[in-house]
Amino acid sequence: MAEFFGNYVPQWLAYLLAALVHCALLINVVAVGALGFIWLERKVAGRIQDRLGPTRVGGKFGWLQTLADGLKLLTKEDLMPEGADALLFRLAPYVSFCASFCAYFALPFSDGWVAVELNTGVFFILAVMGLEVFGVILAGYASASKWSLFGGMREAAQVVSYEVPMGMCVVVPVLIAGTMDLVEIGRMQGGWFTNWLIFHDPFTFITFWVYFTCAMASVNRAPFDLAEAESELVAGFHTEYSGLRWSFFFMAEYGSMFAVSGLAAILFFGGWNGPLPISHWLGLTYENGPVAGYLGNFLGMLNFIFKCVAWVTFMMWARWTLPRLRIDQVMKVCLKYCVPIAAVMFLGAIGWTYMLPDKMIGRPYAERVLEDGLPRPSGSVAASERNAPHGVPPRAVAGAELGQSAVGAENKHGGQAMPRYAATRYAATRYAATGASPGRQRRSDLTDHSRPGSAPATESASRPAGLVARAAERN
Amino acid sequence: MEPINWHSFFFFLFALVSCAFAVAVVLSSNIVRMAFYLVISLGATAGLFFLAGADFVGAMQLLIYVGGTLVLLVFGVMLTAQGPFVSMKTRGGDWILAAVLSGSLLALLVPAAFTVPEWRRPVANNAPTQVQSTSTPLGLGLLGVRVDKLEERPERLKAGMSSYLLPFEIVSVHLLVVLVGAAYLARTKRRRDVRLESL
Amino acid sequence: MNPLTDPVGVSHFMAVGALMFVSGVVCMAAKRNALGVLMGVELVLNGANVNFVALSSPLLSASGTSGLGLDGQFIALFVIVLAAAEAAVALAITLNFYNNHATIDVDRADELKG
Repeated sequence: MAEFFGNYVPQWLAYLLAALVHCALLINVVAVGALGFIWLERKVAGRIQDRLGPTRVGGKFGWLQTLADGLKLLTKEDLMPEGADALLFRLAPYVSFCASFCAYFALPFSDGWVAVELNTGVFFILAVMGLEVFGVILAGYASASKWSLFGGMREAAQVVSYEVPMGMCVVVPVLIAGTMDLVEIGRMQGGWFTNWLIFHDPFTFITFWVYFTCAMASVNRAPFDLAEAESELVAGFHTEYSGLRWSFFFMAEYGSMFAVSGLAAILFFGGWNGPLPISHWLGLTYENGPVAGYLGNFLGMLNFIFKCVAWVTFMMWARWTLPRLRIDQVMKVCLKYCVPIAAVMFLGAIGWTYMLPDKMIGRPYAERVLEDGLPRPSGSVAASERNAPHGVPPRAVAGAELGQSAVGAENKHGGQAMPRYAATRYAATRYAATGASPGRQRRSDLTDHSRPGSAPATESASRPAGLVARAAERN
Repeated sequence: MEPINWHSFFFFLFALVSCAFAVAVVLSSNIVRMAFYLVISLGATAGLFFLAGADFVGAMQLLIYVGGTLVLLVFGVMLTAQGPFVSMKTRGGDWILAAVLSGSLLALLVPAAFTVPEWRRPVANNAPTQVQSTSTPLGLGLLGVRVDKLEERPERLKAGMSSYLLPFEIVSVHLLVVLVGAAYLARTKRRRDVRLESL
Repeated sequence: MNPLTDPVGVSHFMAVGALMFVSGVVCMAAKRNALGVLMGVELVLNGANVNFVALSSPLLSASGTSGLGLDGQFIALFVIVLAAAEAAVALAITLNFYNNHATIDVDRADELKG
């Protein structure tokens, strides 16, 4: 896009415009999403409370209610309390919003449709969502009001405490997938819904619910919403905010809700892959041409958004159903329940993948990949079968891909398609290209790092070569 | 006109933000604003880490340093920033001494950094097409396997270029000790002791 | 020598690290608030971290491989973790001092003087 603009304006302006267009597209997701979610929240709240919710603005269902609310907020007087620290008071909503928005940089909406494909995607999202707490603290302090300060402190303590079990819960699918790259994790769950990581083993299943609880606490949704406890603290840390500043806090909250739901969808529910491989059945893959591939990706994006909205609706359902927890109950849930359960699930997931290697259920995914081949991504362009259901892809695919990586194409995907548990296998695939004999000699010293009961290191080093040979003789 | 090197552009942007807010921490006298400027400065430093290709260290800086250590610091600031302690001015003599000391150190370090010829320019235009994955080698190095040094001869490896398993374990125990110690130090004491001590 | 078109090397990063280090030293030396001193410590450790990461980066080095390799990133990781631990203990000490003396001014911490 920058090159296109560069034909008309100086180069720096071209890049600036391209960056602005991309940012505008991403902000639209957050802003329009918030618009939709506020309406949805009011409708869901109404129905749960046995009433209708907004019905007047924009037809029978009140579609445009949020727009009317937004207009009202824009026209409100811009107040600031007298003792407030002016700079910090003005800055706090934007800090919260930026932190929530930055999570969308690394969140893929479909195969390859991500702003920045980060190698440490999961880690980056967790890190920037933890920065939202600064906006809250600043808002609480800068409002020069006791209610705000108490609300801000409580919320900061809660968010920071719940980052710990949330991190531990997120590590479980990362260790099963072997990569922190969200696009790779999504690709691995292609095919039928049995490939989804939530159904990989019972530990992952429980981990998802613990993750969801921690995510709800982390974005301050009920029943963990003491910071905005309307019945106790007036409105907590955003008591003194009105008009457009307040709406930034709300956009940040709904943006964070969508982001943690998106993370849950990718890590546990296959992301853009549907429960059934419909894109593959309809032939909407890149194999059949770029348009078909684009449509397949678009369908995947709709799938992803549907999953996110479903989980956001679940959060709203929980909010309007469950009573609010006290701060000591919140801390108790975190430290006495979530952290130990997450730790046990982590150990259990490790144990499952290592102690049950031969069974079909819970067989390490990477070993399945070695034997049966990787389900090919729909986004990349290569001349082999796409989105095949689990177990069907030909070995030639795996052999060709592994052979390519072993020969040293150093393709990032080729290098990371290999199982990542055993140091031996990682060394074999990443550094087999160098073929240095010291490397080969070192590998024998690394035998104790391999899985119990697996083949000795030298054999696993030659495994890619073996598969290449098998692929060669098959072709 | 040559095309803009966006790596350099973003380096200067992040470096400017980082240094400017670090200087603002020094010059400001309001403790809450100092904490906030420090947050921005360290966040910009994380951006510098990403530009240098260390994406894992950059994400860890954001997660642990900014999102953990600084939140702790801000909590401490909030607990103690009451009334007269929000803005405390330093005497002029202290400032002059500090300025002389730091000025001489800065005058020594910055020219020294630009003296070594290998450090001044990278070999190629540093806008990589593919950034190396550092997280897996880092993780494996912490577990005892240096997969980035497989090409080294065995004697050299045994002679001390080993992995980081022992420091990893030590740091884990260290964090446990710190947790216990800090919790003990900051426990609420019985009121009677405090009143007796203040007499 | 246009800064926007020339690639940056290790020395630019080291200059940034040096500036942050020096501001941290001034903060430690000249602030009366104990938490201001603690912020200086954070700045110092961060400046050192920038140095480590710059020297270990293959993108910025004059040859294809960097001088420190991955070791610099390991060291930076450990520095971050240890800085967090040290900040926690320092904060606990500061809060203890505040609870006992009702002040956070380091100039008033002179009970052991003389």
